[in-house]
Amino acid sequence: MNNIFKTITALVGLSLVFTSCNNGNSSRQKSGALASNVAEKVYVQPGEHDEFYAFVSGGFSGQLSVYGLPSGRLFKVIPVFSQDAEKAYGYNEETKPMLNTSHGFIPWDDSHHPDISQTNGELDGRWVFINGNNTPRIAKIDLTTFETTEIIEIPNSAGNHSSSFVTENTEYVVAGTRFSVPIPQKDMPIKDYKGNFKGALTFISVAQETGEMNIKFQLIMPGFDYDLAHPGRGNSHGWFFFSTYNSEEANTLLEVNASQNDKDFIAAVNWKKIEEYVNNGGGTKVPAKYAHNVYNDHTHTASSKILNEVLTVNPAEVPGAVFLLPTPKSPHGCDVDPSGEYIVGNGKLSANLTVHSFTKMLDAIKNEKFAGDAYGIPILNFEDVLAGTVEQPGLGPLHTEFDGNGYGYTTFFISSEVVKWKLGTWEVVDRQPCYYSVGHLMIPGGNSRKPFGKYVVAMNKITKDRYLPTGPEVTQSAQLYDISGDKMELLLDFPTVGEPHYAAGCPADLIKANSKKIFPLEENDHPYVSKSEADTKVVRDGKTVHIYMTTIRSHFSPDNIEGVKVGDKVYFHVTNLEQDYDVPHGISIIGANTSELLIMPGQTETFLWEPKEEGVWPFYCTDFCSALHQEMQGYVRVSGENANTPLKWSLGGDIE
Amino acid sequence: MKKSNVIMLVAAILPLGLFLFPLWKITLEAPQYPTPLGMYIHINDFSDANPHDIKNINLMNHYVGMKYIPEAIPEFKIFPIGILLTSLIGVLIAFKGDYKWFLGWFILMVVLSIAGLYDFYLWEHEYGHNLDPKAILKFTNPDGTQMGFQPPFFGSKQILNFRAHSYPQLGALFLGLGMVVSFIAFWMGKRTKPLV
Repeated sequence: MNNIFKTITALVGLSLVFTSCNNGNSSRQKSGALASNVAEKVYVQPGEHDEFYAFVSGGFSGQLSVYGLPSGRLFKVIPVFSQDAEKAYGYNEETKPMLNTSHGFIPWDDSHHPDISQTNGELDGRWVFINGNNTPRIAKIDLTTFETTEIIEIPNSAGNHSSSFVTENTEYVVAGTRFSVPIPQKDMPIKDYKGNFKGALTFISVAQETGEMNIKFQLIMPGFDYDLAHPGRGNSHGWFFFSTYNSEEANTLLEVNASQNDKDFIAAVNWKKIEEYVNNGGGTKVPAKYAHNVYNDHTHTASSKILNEVLTVNPAEVPGAVFLLPTPKSPHGCDVDPSGEYIVGNGKLSANLTVHSFTKMLDAIKNEKFAGDAYGIPILNFEDVLAGTVEQPGLGPLHTEFDGNGYGYTTFFISSEVVKWKLGTWEVVDRQPCYYSVGHLMIPGGNSRKPFGKYVVAMNKITKDRYLPTGPEVTQSAQLYDISGDKMELLLDFPTVGEPHYAAGCPADLIKANSKKIFPLEENDHPYVSKSEADTKVVRDGKTVHIYMTTIRSHFSPDNIEGVKVGDKVYFHVTNLEQDYDVPHGISIIGANTSELLIMPGQTETFLWEPKEEGVWPFYCTDFCSALHQEMQGYVRVSGENANTPLKWSLGGDIE
Repeated sequence: MKKSNVIMLVAAILPLGLFLFPLWKITLEAPQYPTPLGMYIHINDFSDANPHDIKNINLMNHYVGMKYIPEAIPEFKIFPIGILLTSLIGVLIAFKGDYKWFLGWFILMVVLSIAGLYDFYLWEHEYGHNLDPKAILKFTNPDGTQMGFQPPFFGSKQILNFRAHSYPQLGALFLGLGMVVSFIAFWMGKRTKPLV
């Protein structure tokens, strides 16, 4: 116990030393011609486009933000797991089902690791996947619309952290659990954790045409904490690697009790083997309750269904499918180089960086050189799988990305820096300070066979003095480095949304051409669509009123509605008849308890209004649409609950 | 068959290109339309240069009280018949007639084309000047008269924030070429005649 505290004290002391060193090298000392040279490298002229899109997780905001690189300009915040009033996401009737779970409507999550879909190991720009950590979920964002189109909940999982990474043809997205839990959940003493709690590694298949996600199987692993993951590629395609900590299986004071073992593991999973086993009828179906929510681009509406069963696989039942690679000490990031040969285990309490060799691993497995087993899963010898060690590169290694030119870039949280090192020789070739305490880093295409090694983005955990203060919490921060030369160069600081955990980036050209500009009206199959002003109407069904409304520059149809009563549930189903790019219309009404609607050309959206008072209440366009935007308004007359006011609606004429 | 008659046959067939290619195009450029709005005029139809352009031209034009561009106009029935008939006449002339008839066909085509262009001008004028009195935006010329929004008959012109372009397209080229070729046929027929 005492030793641990001494070590921690030493680490903290060292970090202070490193931090002060960093300040000495501050890029602020650059001035004059040099500084302007750096500015030119991130300057994107008005009307010009950024070269890369970066999809940056919003952490506890539950969202995904889209930035341009190298400018660092924020383009959009895509709502994923949290309600967003700006886009009515989670407020309008169409997207509410997206946030449904087996625990009910959960309008928040903690989004961590985005990953872009791949084909043949290269980014294809079709979808971004991202995990919800808290109430385990995986979301899919369609990059033609930049909208969340699917969310699948992960049963038997808790703290969905080693997630969401895709295989090289987007066959699977994984969702590894951080916390091991009783499977199935039950009331039991926490102290009985060891041997009784289990960790589920979930493999979600992705249909290639539609992108539809389905849980193919869950691998029920020993009760460790599964931290991060990366797929194999090239020769190691078919394998998936998960870093673990708490191989001690402690259940209290983990900062100490889970830091006892000198080595934890990287779990190597041969998913192709398990897939084959499952396809041949292997595995056990167990009851499990989880939600599957899908947004349909034609009905512009999401639906949610609760599923009741999941297929589990006990690793002991599939010999040769799962192995444990000893890795010092509490590895966090688990990163695979573009060739697929090297698996980097970033032991966050280790002074060195450990790199495993896939070839050596296969050899060791072939020769059955096992050091033992954990719950029936073979443990390989550390020396037999070790490719090399980057000696003393910094303090607190967390994550590694690759530039595709034979170099790895690792973040060091405690010494607050990015370190560049060479694959194969394991020598450190460059280091740059971060401001401050860097977590993940991202090279566009980093999780693929073809990284675009021009920039690296560091995502920092604290910012201190880098920006003007905005209260006790200063804005979160990312930093952009040019890595095209031998030495890294800090180019830019830019603020981010929430806490950026990880990012995925790709060339903008991959997405630009496929971007949807409008929704063709003729393809709108929303059950409450009005495709022309002639189709607009108001229909009463008991105490529910459906208003079929349209918008076009610069009016609503109808714009005078009478016959609504106090206590009614009034649904505004609004179709935007525009077919011009970038001409949305918005709508809301006084007293609305939801968000305004922002309706894209050709789209239908719905909000619920429950009038509580008699009166004549205005509604208006909430998005500046045209020269006559300010005139785009209307009224709903609300009569008493027992009034006989007939239902009427009109546009451009007086109500008789 | 004489060479001049063969050329005349080609001349008579060329205007049929109007059924394959647009006759005219009107384009509207403005800063807020990085892809300009455009409308093709065919012998029997209007069409969008880019999807939904005509709808968007209509939406924009309603501010100054212009009418919606109709789905169809009577000319779409008359012009195709006219072209088919004149081509047929041209073919008959090519087989039966002598060179003097070629000149006759050429003159017929010139007269009909001028009539067509005049009709186009009238339609444009009507469209650009016959404005809804309840129009949202009203503009007057410096002399106090109501400003018109007629697109140029031929060429380019600034209309408020728009730069409007009006130019013939491939279909018109086929028509023009047919006329030129018929004249060549006439000229060749005339040149070879005295030698016989």
